[in-house]
Amino acid sequence: MALPVAFFAVFFAYPVAAIVARGLKTDGVWRFGRIGEVLAQSDIRHVLWFTTWQALASTALTLLIALPGAYVFARFDFRGKQVLRAVVTVPFVLPTVVVGTAFLALVGRGGLLDQLWGVRLDTTVWAILLAHVFFNYAVVVRTVGGLWSQLDPRQEEAARMLGASRFAAWRKVTLPALSPAVAAAALMVFLFTFTSFGVVQILGGPTFSTLEVEIYRQTSEIFDLATAAVLTIVQFVAVGAILAVHAWTVRRRETALRLVAPETTARRPRGAGQWALLGGVLASILVLLVLPLGVLVQRSLDAPGGYGFAYYKALTSADSGIFLVAPIAAIGNSLEYALAATAIAVVIGALAAAALTLPESRLRSTGGTSMTGRLVRGFDALLMLPLGVSAVTVGFGFLIALDEPPLDLRSSWILVPLAQALVGVPFVVRTMLPVLRAVDGRLREAAAVLGASPWRVWREVDLPMVRRALLIAAGFAFAVSLGEFGATVFIARPDNPTLPVAVARLLGRAGDLNYGQAMALSTILMVVCAVALLLLERIRTDRTGEF
Amino acid sequence: MIIKRTTTAVVIGLGLVTLSACGSSDSGGAGDSKTVTLVSHDSWAVSKSVLADFEKRSGYKVRVLKDGDAGQAVNKAILTKDNPQGDVFFGVDNTLLSRALDNGLFQSYEAKGSDQIVQQYRIDQDRHRVTPIDSGDICVNYDKAYFSKHKLAPPASFDDLIKPAYKNLLVTENAGTSSPGLGFLLGTAAKYGDGGTSRSSEAESGGGWQDYWKKLKANGVKVVDGWEQAYNDEFSGSAGGKKAKADRPLVVSYASSPPAEVIYADPKPTTAPTGVASGTCFRQVEYAGLLSNAKNTKGGKALLDFLISGEFQDDMPLNMFVYPVRESAQVPEEFVKFGPQAKNPETLAPAKIADNRDQWVKSWTSLVLK
Repeated sequence: MALPVAFFAVFFAYPVAAIVARGLKTDGVWRFGRIGEVLAQSDIRHVLWFTTWQALASTALTLLIALPGAYVFARFDFRGKQVLRAVVTVPFVLPTVVVGTAFLALVGRGGLLDQLWGVRLDTTVWAILLAHVFFNYAVVVRTVGGLWSQLDPRQEEAARMLGASRFAAWRKVTLPALSPAVAAAALMVFLFTFTSFGVVQILGGPTFSTLEVEIYRQTSEIFDLATAAVLTIVQFVAVGAILAVHAWTVRRRETALRLVAPETTARRPRGAGQWALLGGVLASILVLLVLPLGVLVQRSLDAPGGYGFAYYKALTSADSGIFLVAPIAAIGNSLEYALAATAIAVVIGALAAAALTLPESRLRSTGGTSMTGRLVRGFDALLMLPLGVSAVTVGFGFLIALDEPPLDLRSSWILVPLAQALVGVPFVVRTMLPVLRAVDGRLREAAAVLGASPWRVWREVDLPMVRRALLIAAGFAFAVSLGEFGATVFIARPDNPTLPVAVARLLGRAGDLNYGQAMALSTILMVVCAVALLLLERIRTDRTGEF
Repeated sequence: MIIKRTTTAVVIGLGLVTLSACGSSDSGGAGDSKTVTLVSHDSWAVSKSVLADFEKRSGYKVRVLKDGDAGQAVNKAILTKDNPQGDVFFGVDNTLLSRALDNGLFQSYEAKGSDQIVQQYRIDQDRHRVTPIDSGDICVNYDKAYFSKHKLAPPASFDDLIKPAYKNLLVTENAGTSSPGLGFLLGTAAKYGDGGTSRSSEAESGGGWQDYWKKLKANGVKVVDGWEQAYNDEFSGSAGGKKAKADRPLVVSYASSPPAEVIYADPKPTTAPTGVASGTCFRQVEYAGLLSNAKNTKGGKALLDFLISGEFQDDMPLNMFVYPVRESAQVPEEFVKFGPQAKNPETLAPAKIADNRDQWVKSWTSLVLK
């Protein structure tokens, strides 16, 4: 417990507090009056309003489009399901710099909608909403679909035998069992869209701005740290509230449900209706998720001399001038950073998850107070906070907080994996928790009674049971760090760019070769992420949490 | 067997953490007097051989920190000025210069060879806190193919851009968040003057840049957030724009963008696919300076001398796509042919920019974006 707490205190709470304090303190005096002043501005209120309603709308739209998908993934058996499940997760871990360009191909000029119906959605709010669906589809499919596949279909069948209509059976049996998962997924989507940055910046144009974008502008462009500090606090409070509700629904979801192995509930679709549903879901995945990704691949191959690998070849040469090394070296950098970040995230995350489960099993045996339980739940939610705090805040915070020995890490490369690990830890925790909670405490006690040392108990009881979850957690942390862009770009570093940073830099310069290489690197990043996720699909356990 | 494999994995994991912990100590070296650290923005680039030459000659090892885009890099340098990340900062331009100077970012040093710099770029002559390193022009670029296909002469001046012939053709960037976007706004402000803030009563008829932008808006200017979107996704003349079937043949970009379209093409075309509207340019100058509280002032001074040396100035254009400020420096052939510097660019004194920038951006935002 001590190590994760220290980690978050030093690398998250302290830097964020430092930058907020810098904004709100002048000449050593706190100016809390600034909060009222900033919130009274009409454009700030406009930003708050837009942030909230677009997040609500995005969440509703994502649920609408992804719930049928969750059903299909849960109940139907079809060829290529594993690959498809990996593919729908790719957008979630891809950096938005890359995806923004590709997404324009769907909704922008000359895009599919434009060609079919002459509809252009770029710079409208629809582009933002659809892109949010694109990013968060996997959250719903994995959270809801995961539970759905483990609900015993015989319960619904029994209800129908007793005379309930198909709809009534679904409403009375499946829906109540499913609703906590739906609520949890909805809250996660709401959290991700409430703090959306890249999507809004790239697709929304200058007219739409979320809190996160506004914090970035105030800190990085306008340099009004006071306003940025106020907005950071507002976002912090909002995210804290969302997480509190989320923690509550997760608790409810863990109430006893009769779960069965997912393999036994899925079957081949039967009848025209089910085939149509499957077809519809596949079509929506194709249009919304595969098409934008496909555009990247197509453009990376579309070299001036006809389709080919010219841009990929160019990646291996170092004389473009943007980098001291060949752009392809970014792959190596990215892998190194991601490995280090994964190691940190797994160690911290696993310790945190273990700490979160320990008091509980003790609670159960000793009938302890609800106070400890509440504390633990609070810490659980706390671990998710980094997902809801702007990367620019953390990056600037690092700069002024970690500047004195022994913590003078500012220009050290370790800062990049540390920042990436901040984002990775929540995923590790959420993957490990359900599995650790499922370990029967009596097994440990039995081992202890038989004379095993605590280390041996852990090694012979816990480890074999959580090994796969650990691998999956590591894989997710790896994929997330690989695509992480925000924190990486806000940290000063010697010239060893990661893949997303290299892509952004190539896109930042005129010329055919630069653009082509950016597309080629994006494709490589996408393939690496997809392969990592596909490997995870192979080692999925039956209770692997939400992601 | 299973347990054995997991143990290996754990050992590897722990090893990585230990490695990471060790790594943090050896990459420091900032306090070492043999290392000089340059803090810059993401566009910093130099040929390997040229930098190696300097290291060999001076005996210093150069460490470069890229700290985000130009605005971010300046802001971060100001935030950390009491305990800077390096010795020299390069990349503060005339639009942000006074923010850096007013915050006491730099200390005085007159670099060797300053007298070789084109007279008009030399500023702060009494205190020598900054040294000009490069210049560039922010100009409207046009897609040659579009204008020859439509038998239309490309626009040449700010005045042309509000003519009906060029309706719905221009895309520009958000002046609040993008440096070319801000440069274009400042160019119009230099050209038409300030028509007064929106609060004053004459604002409606005040003329000035506000009036110009109202006409530009009526003529269908499109505003996107950053240069990348404008140039790669909206502008029909760029490589990315062609693939995206972009439909705006005019974009606010740099005078050096057409040469880049030639240099980064394979095979290289004999002529650039894009051109520059020479009467729409705003001159941007980038400066470097010795950071206050620098740990290695001696090394920093040597590095500043190097930045205006002939060797660096000759090497710079093709690496950063900017023009040298040293009078005798060689400008590459592609620049002369496809993207010559504007003869009479608009300019504004840094003090004037400092006084008005925030207010102008604010009224521009409510005028154009709302």
